[in-house]
Amino acid sequence: MHLTRRFARRALLALPLLALAAAACSAPQTTTDPQSDFADTVQNVYLIVTILAAAVFVIVLGLILVLAVMFRERPGHEARQFHGNTRLEILWTIIPTVIVTIIAVPTFFAIADTTKPPPPDAITIEVTGHQWWFEFEYLDLGLVTANEIHIPAGVPASFNLLSNDVIHSFWVPQLAGKVDIVPGHQNNLWFTPHLTAVRDEPYLGQCAEFCGLSHANMRFRVYVDTQADFDAWVAAQKDDRVEPTTEAIAAGEQLFLTSECIGCHTIQGTTAAGVIGPNLSHVGSRGTIAAGIMPNDRENLIRWISNPDREKPGVVLMPAFETRMTPEQIASLADYLLSLQ
Amino acid sequence: MATAVETIAPQATYSGVWSWITTVDHKRIGTLYAISGFSFFLIGGFEALMIRTQLAVPTGTLIDAELYNQLFGIHGLTMIFLAVMPMGAGFFNYLIPLMIGARDVAFPRLNALSYWIFLGGALLLTSSFVFGGAPDAGWFAYAPLTSETFSPGRNMDFYALSILMLGVSSMAAALNFLVTIINMRAPGMTMMRLPVFVWMTLIISGLLILALPPLTVALLQLLFDRHYETNFLIAGGGGDPLLWQHLFWVFGHPEVYVLILPAMGIVSETLPVFSRKPLFGYRAIVFSGLAIAVLGWTVWAHHMFTTGIGPVQKSIFTGTTMLIGIPTGIKVFNWMATMYGGSIRFTTSMYFAVSFIALFTIGGISGVMHASPPIDTQHQDTYWIVAHLHYVLVGGAVQGIFSGIYFWFPKMTGRFLSESLGKLNFWLMFAGINITFFPMHFLGTAGMPRRIYTYDSGMGWDAWNLIATIGSFTLALGILVFVVNFFRSLRQEPTASNNPWDAAGLEWATSSPPPEHDFDVIPEVRDRDPLWYDRDHGIEPPEAPSGVHIHLPPPSYYPIMMAVGTLLLAIGPMTHLAVLALGVPVIIYSIWGWVLEPTD
Repeated sequence: MHLTRRFARRALLALPLLALAAAACSAPQTTTDPQSDFADTVQNVYLIVTILAAAVFVIVLGLILVLAVMFRERPGHEARQFHGNTRLEILWTIIPTVIVTIIAVPTFFAIADTTKPPPPDAITIEVTGHQWWFEFEYLDLGLVTANEIHIPAGVPASFNLLSNDVIHSFWVPQLAGKVDIVPGHQNNLWFTPHLTAVRDEPYLGQCAEFCGLSHANMRFRVYVDTQADFDAWVAAQKDDRVEPTTEAIAAGEQLFLTSECIGCHTIQGTTAAGVIGPNLSHVGSRGTIAAGIMPNDRENLIRWISNPDREKPGVVLMPAFETRMTPEQIASLADYLLSLQ
Repeated sequence: MATAVETIAPQATYSGVWSWITTVDHKRIGTLYAISGFSFFLIGGFEALMIRTQLAVPTGTLIDAELYNQLFGIHGLTMIFLAVMPMGAGFFNYLIPLMIGARDVAFPRLNALSYWIFLGGALLLTSSFVFGGAPDAGWFAYAPLTSETFSPGRNMDFYALSILMLGVSSMAAALNFLVTIINMRAPGMTMMRLPVFVWMTLIISGLLILALPPLTVALLQLLFDRHYETNFLIAGGGGDPLLWQHLFWVFGHPEVYVLILPAMGIVSETLPVFSRKPLFGYRAIVFSGLAIAVLGWTVWAHHMFTTGIGPVQKSIFTGTTMLIGIPTGIKVFNWMATMYGGSIRFTTSMYFAVSFIALFTIGGISGVMHASPPIDTQHQDTYWIVAHLHYVLVGGAVQGIFSGIYFWFPKMTGRFLSESLGKLNFWLMFAGINITFFPMHFLGTAGMPRRIYTYDSGMGWDAWNLIATIGSFTLALGILVFVVNFFRSLRQEPTASNNPWDAAGLEWATSSPPPEHDFDVIPEVRDRDPLWYDRDHGIEPPEAPSGVHIHLPPPSYYPIMMAVGTLLLAIGPMTHLAVLALGVPVIIYSIWGWVLEPTD
């Protein structure tokens, strides 16, 4: 009996710890590891509020427990009859007032900090939300890309948010809180990634406003580079067409440029100039395809081109090419796209 | 008791099903509301279990994106409009006339009409699953995702038309109870002697009367945009999708109080009875309820902090939202002070009431946290919000409703629910709620968005999601125990006396269950806790005189006929104009018959 109870107590203690450990080990889209000025501002308010909230939680729930135990029915104990107490009423009007004031003051400062207009030296990126992918245009650099962007650390990055279909929301938790992308409105969000935010792994972002069938599959990635790496990336993205190096790639290019692909997709330096789907110039340099839902490799590209709707429900603008092309043709398209480094 | 008084037999008496269809008795209508509401609560719960099963593991394959997107929307709509609101309506239909010492509501036939229109709207909304698909843009239905372009099916038509019907039902009920509470109180039942539950119903009625018009306007704009080429909500045509959000949340935020205030009223009744002492700070609780109702109109844009509204609006709506925390805090402290100094009987009803205070407080705290717009930019549309709203609505509203069920069940049926099954019911629900919803705070801070049917492994979300799913089944098991308890109890002999809990309210002055005419003699009220006052001052209940005729309104089939006509009006736009054309004469005939119907 004694042993069982001790075991039970240990198990009870260990369970939440285990769960916590399991959850804390890796959360790449976490809101609590800020890597920019904007995210820091939010975090600072969040910490104050969380400490207060935890205190209120412990005190109120503790008091309820104490009251329940102290005043439980027991022999020789009568309920005392009283209706109220004005002093107490005043006291507990003041307590929440003080608490919300402590929360409100830093909140007001943080609102001012996070809604300032972007500085003139910011890199301006126009974001267009589509069902279900993100289009990015670097206005000053003349670059268009999709679902993955690079920004230099220590430089303000300003995002103009536009949509021509439904409401989306632009959110990279470690870099900034979300701002909705509303048709007919141009919202703006800007932040400066810390110099220490540079890393090889991208920061994960995701559409946060329900936007239809594949809302869950609308993700994007932000790479924070050193200025030198960023400049190199920009230069690479500006490169025009390179001669195919293998026969398969040449066949793929030929097929791409003579099929309906060019109706929707653009590839710099070629006749492909469609603007309905993602810009595929240098698509081979991206880590993922289909708005961050699968790694960018030959196998996945083949699966995607074969039947995009199967990989991502609701993608109907792009047909399933498995009914229109041979597997060899689709494979050559994949080879070609991967070669666009 | 009832035998001492002879009631005038209504001209037409019906029995069996027909007697329920034609009933205008507030107790029967309340029962209909309660049973319908609980049935939809089970349906909504089943939808939730499907959602949780899909999310138990990453890249779940139980249901596809299309069904998932319908399920989370219909789950919200079902729980809000078809479960929690009607369960609240069940209580106030049954109890308010008894609590204020009246024989029925002010407009008994209008009361029946409210119920039947509610049922029509509820069936219309639920039938969408069979006829082409449930609403697939969430309960919030943000434009322009709801437009003909992005939602060409019938889904959003079902949404707009059924919510319009439910709005008519709520509006009629709200007017009815407003008039009843103001005008039909027994002698001595002054406003400041009203039970808190009655006060909360009065406040809800006011909220609904003012909140439903903006929703109705928004729904009509949606329907016109979808079918008549208007552009109220379409940016390309000169409209603005944010207009929908403003109108929706001007309704939607007061609606939150419509859901939670009945539970606040219920625990304000049960806590004093089981603590064996009067409610602490009656005035403070009533006035903070009024303050919440007034401030509730000034906070709607806190649902829109991320839509790009400017810093001034953000600051104002932050201020008003945080202000609401003050009266809410006052209520919580007063309920705690009601327990202080008491001699607490821990019945199942009391368990639910105490757990209501605790869990509602958690929801309140997380609510104040994202009342701060910078924090909200991280929490909005994540599982943090899911955790918050479920602590308020399940930890708060539903726990309150269960406290009320265990408390008033003997009054309504003459039978007790089993206390031992009740405790099991409570602990399973209590554990289930916390295991389901507390981990969602962690999911939110780990960046998991709401309304996603799938997620990848490696996001740090797997463990918490699995735990939440286990919790949801625990919660469901708790509800199942209640269902067993309910049916077991109905098979037992009625043993409940008039006032088995030694409660203070007027509803306990009559028999359990009450006679059709509620009271043999309209009681006289001398104190805020009338039965305790009479008990302590040795005042005997008045003798029931014999040979007195009590007039009761006769049953009527015009309310259900009018509801059928209204349902035809709603089905018409989705099927054929002939259906709509059929609805009009049905409604006109019902009104005609209603007006000329003899009243005795």
